[in-house]
Formats: sequence, structure tokens, C-alpha cells
Amino acid sequence: MTGPGAESGPGPQVGPWPETGARPLQEGIGPVQPGLGALTSGTGVAADAGGLEQHFEETIARDRRIEPRDWMPDAYRKTMIRQIAQHAHSEIIGMQPEGNWVTRAPSLRRKAILLAKVQDEAGHGLYLYSAVETLGADRADLTDRLITGRQKYSSIFNYPTLTFADVGVIGWLVDGAAICNQVPLCRSSYGPYARAMIRICKEESFHQRQGYELLMTMMRGTSAQREMVQDATNRWWWPSLMMFGPPDGQSPNTEQSMRWRIKRHTNDDLRQRFVDMTVPQAEALGVTLPDPELRWNAERDHYDFGEIDWSEFKRVIGGNGPCNAQRIAARRAAHEGGAWVREAAAAHAAKVAARAEAAA
Amino acid sequence: MSSSDMSRDMSTTGMGAGSDVSGEPRSNWPLFEVFLRSKRGLNHVHVGSLHAADATMALHHARDLYTRRNEGVSIWVVKAADITASSPDEKDPFFAPSGDKVYRHPTFYEIPQSVPHI
Ligand SMILES: [Fe+2]
Ligand SMILES: [Fe+2]
Repeated sequence: MTGPGAESGPGPQVGPWPETGARPLQEGIGPVQPGLGALTSGTGVAADAGGLEQHFEETIARDRRIEPRDWMPDAYRKTMIRQIAQHAHSEIIGMQPEGNWVTRAPSLRRKAILLAKVQDEAGHGLYLYSAVETLGADRADLTDRLITGRQKYSSIFNYPTLTFADVGVIGWLVDGAAICNQVPLCRSSYGPYARAMIRICKEESFHQRQGYELLMTMMRGTSAQREMVQDATNRWWWPSLMMFGPPDGQSPNTEQSMRWRIKRHTNDDLRQRFVDMTVPQAEALGVTLPDPELRWNAERDHYDFGEIDWSEFKRVIGGNGPCNAQRIAARRAAHEGGAWVREAAAAHAAKVAARAEAAA
Repeated sequence: MSSSDMSRDMSTTGMGAGSDVSGEPRSNWPLFEVFLRSKRGLNHVHVGSLHAADATMALHHARDLYTRRNEGVSIWVVKAADITASSPDEKDPFFAPSGDKVYRHPTFYEIPQSVPHI
């Protein structure tokens, strides 16, 4: 594997995306008939299942994108739905830890930035729900799966934000890890997912930089502020490393996902890349990463780092992290509290439509 | 559903595309496809979809969702079910809310040259 900053590294690719108009975000109106269209109209009458599968495999092999109306194996569809839905849920739940500080941000400038960042995360969730609906999933059903615990979201958002330094560390480490994960997904084989990731990656750079700048500002402040930054770094470092998922030996789906080009790198590869990128950033900031085994290995051309506590990861993803119940309860309350608004808006739209029809 | 569902331990998240939750209410806001003209002189390009009660709400949601950084000067929303285009007012104030938020861009933040990969 190549070192940080190499051609395929996440860093250099994040910033300089061309203008939206220069990039064909979505070429067709494929999503209009999700699922059904794929099976009935998109495939040609004479093709048998073997021919369809072969066409699918060839499309993947040529590194072309799979689009909503294409035939695809059931397992591919299921895997994509699960991955995109979990990603969407993570963005939506991910608003809560930082949203916790919107009303208590220390300046109007920081408040406006934080609001914009949290709004972006809502947007990311919506881009992804839009993408997963092209596979035949239903958005209301996905929300129901989230608030009843039948679908997961990233374990990182089950940790509390105890001080304002946490807002900075989340931008630096959590969004930094998300960038590492997401940049290769811009070339994921499923077109609508890859396009959603391109939009998202364009916005993530702002997220990471505002966090790092916030931390730099605090590090220039009082010793109490510097201690806050170090404390937040200590609490978020290991959970950030867990964001890349279980080690390769315990990630049974990785091989199939790589073959289908849903994933481009293994969990451990991405985790190593993140560590290599982050260590010099910590040095520049003046904080210590809480790992005594962290050191440069000239032979490997990578940083070595200590063993991750996978029992903590399992406990948190299994529902028993510090904030799991609180996060789901807040999402459920927002969903249920908004029901009357959704119903009223639908009733109003129906009334306006009926009036327009009567007038015609 | 009971509140005890909230924190129960789930070992897997497998679901099928066609699988269903019986009896759960579905969103009655229809799906709209969204098309953006990124600048004058270019075509509208499909960028994604969203749910809204009606076309007017869909336009406002599309503005908030797809043009937070001046990505568009004009939006079409088309109800996915019947593909009828509605054209928005192409007046600048519609996009004004994102105009003064320079801090949404990474270049707003000064990071020393010595800090790599950020
Ligand atoms: Fe995000
Ligand atoms: Fe983010």
C-alpha cells in the first residue's frame, strides 16, 4: 500500500473538486421507477438470468457504474440497501452530538459555522436516502427501521460531547475518518451512491477544517483550554479508529464487496491511512494521541499503533454505548413530534390541488 | 412499538429490498426528482430526489438541500410518479440565503502550510 499523500490518498483529492456543473452528477432519470423498472423495462425481453448476470459482471469488470434500472443480483441490491441506509442513518444521528452545542457556542461566528455544519449533515442523510430509494427502499420504512433499532448507524455517534472542544475534535477526527472512508466510495460501483458521495466529499473538507481551526484557536488560549482539547482528543481517538469497522480478519463481507467494487479498500487499509494522515496533524496542533505504542515504522513506511479494544466496539454497536438510547429517543421524538406537520402539509396540498381542479 | 425497542441489542441488520413492515404508516409526501441549472448557459441536470407535500415545498426543500453553496441558479422539480416539470421563479433572492455564508467553504479557514492533508 502507498503512504499518505500518494496518488490515491484521501487528502489531496478532497478539496479541488470541479464546479458541480462540470461533473455529470446524474445523467438520467433512472430513479423514477426504482425496482420495478429494473425488472421489467430495463433489461430486454429475451435475456435469461445467466445473460443478465454476465452483463452485470462485465459492467463491474469494466469499472462502469450500475444504474437503478439495471438488472442486479439480489444480494448486490440487499448489500447496497443495507450499506447506504446505515450510512444515511449515521449522517442523521450524527447531527445530535454537535447539535448539543449549537445554543452554547462561544460566539456568533462559531454558532453560525456549527449550524451550517449540522445542516450539511442533514443534507448528507437526505442525499443518501434519495440514493437508497432508487433501489426500491421506502424512506418512511427506513426511518422506522432506525427508530426501532432494526438498522444500525455508526458507533461513533453514541459518545457524548462533554465540552466545546469536542466540537472541534469531531470535525478533525470524526469528519477526518469519514473523509478517509468516503473518498474511495466516490468510485463505488452503484451510480447513485457514488454521485451522492461526490456531493458529500465536497462538503466534508469544510467540516474538517472548521474543526481543526477551532482546536488551533483553543490551543492558543489558556492552559485550561489546551487541557480541554487534549481531553477531548483522548476520548475521541480510539472511537474514531473504530469507525473503519472490524479488522479485516473479522469482516466477512469485505471480499464480496471488493469484488463488486462497492468497497475499494479494506477496513484495515483505510484505518492505517487515517493514522498516517492524522499523526502529523496532532503534532502540528500540539496534542498527544493517547496511544503509547504509536510510533513511525520506517520498515513498513507507516505508523504502528496499539490494539483497539474491540469489545468496546461490540458493546457500543450492540446498543450499550453511553448514548445509544438517548440518540434513538431523540430521533424518535423528532419523528413523532413532526407527524402533525407532515399530515397538515399533506392535507393542505390536497386542498389546494382540489381547489385548482374545481377551478379548471 | 414499545419504547424498549429503542436500545435492544441487535446482532444483524440484514434486510431485503422487498421486505416490509406490515401496518406501519407510509409517507404520504410524494417523491420529486430535482434538476439544477448550475449556471446560466448550462442545462438543468438531475441531482437527486426528495419528498415534499407539493411542488412549492419541493422547490424550497431542493433549494435548501441541493444549493447550499450556490450550486444552482434555477431548479426544476418533477413529481417522480408523473414527470411533470414545474419551473421555479428564477429570481436571485431565492438563492440569497447561501450567498453570505462564506464559512461553509474550506478556504475560509486558515491552516498553516506545515499541516498536511487537510
Ligand atoms: Fe456527513
Ligand atoms: Fe461531516
